[in-house]
Amino acid sequence: MTDKNFKRDGWKFAFKSAFPHTLPILAGFLFLGMSYGFYMRTQGFSALFPIIMSVVIFGGSLEFVTVSMLLSPFAPVTTFFMALVIQARHLFYGVSMLDKYKGAKKLKPYLIFGMCDESFSINCSVKIPEGADKNKFYFCVTALNHFYWVAGAALGALIGGLVSFNTEGIEFVMTAMFVVIFLENWLKEKRHVSSLIGVLSSVLCLVIFGKDHFLIPAMVVIACLLSLFRKPVCGGDEE
Amino acid sequence: MTLTEQIITIGLCSIATMLTRFLPFFVFSGKRELPGFVQYMGKALPPAVFGMLAVYCLKGVSVLRFSYGIPELIAIAVVILIHLWKRQMLLSIAAGTAVYMALIQTVF
Repeated sequence: MTDKNFKRDGWKFAFKSAFPHTLPILAGFLFLGMSYGFYMRTQGFSALFPIIMSVVIFGGSLEFVTVSMLLSPFAPVTTFFMALVIQARHLFYGVSMLDKYKGAKKLKPYLIFGMCDESFSINCSVKIPEGADKNKFYFCVTALNHFYWVAGAALGALIGGLVSFNTEGIEFVMTAMFVVIFLENWLKEKRHVSSLIGVLSSVLCLVIFGKDHFLIPAMVVIACLLSLFRKPVCGGDEE
Repeated sequence: MTLTEQIITIGLCSIATMLTRFLPFFVFSGKRELPGFVQYMGKALPPAVFGMLAVYCLKGVSVLRFSYGIPELIAIAVVILIHLWKRQMLLSIAAGTAVYMALIQTVF
């Protein structure tokens, strides 16, 4: 028993406790990554493209857009700004994780590098199991998710055409996960002002600006409302 | 596009992504204490962002065209009910996904 406890803050325990949290991502990323890898092959790219892109970009929605950029005339400035706009939501993740990633030392650059929607959501909302080293836990979540995505893209690129089984609808696993994370947070929080601001602003902007352009306006509205309603948002919690 | 241009395009997408991920950490790096407003945003943002991400996942759903978002609505209801009942994240996610897959493969 004591021997076991002694090893608890090591990598093995961090990995063991992180892995179950990444299972929905395993399902979602393998599938989405595979469709992405296969899609790139059907567009005439070598298998290296989706594999390298999933390693260095590691952002699903942008990678799909990058495919159409690669098929259009070379436009570096447009490419760069479109990528910035698509990825702007990560700014919010960074601000939210400043404190949590503070003491991560050598692991920090990778934690930030691999901070996709899913890794952010898990690391931001999870309760670190007792005894586990939090930075190693964060690292395992991030690296596992990154690995699933790259593995999915590679599989899709290499054998995508060979497998066909009915997976229609499996992408819902990501939606279900974000709904559960939102709900779990809702059940824990004392006040729902911020949760409500997030959902309502996003829905409103989605209706007004449409699905391809709503994220930036939604982020602006969320930031403005949170600054305006500082008191109601944190209530008595703020010291 | 030449291979070089393709590499530049991919590189730019990677740099832009990293910029959005690293920027807050660069701006607020070092030993100094975070400004009060940033500390507040760090705490206030996550619930709003979780909500935003849930909506983001559903952005492609049209309530005006067939299937009117009904399978999504049912599956999310299943996720919520099962989660309120058992509070087991993986179970809620798996059940909701299974229901959704069954719905769009058979009914819708």
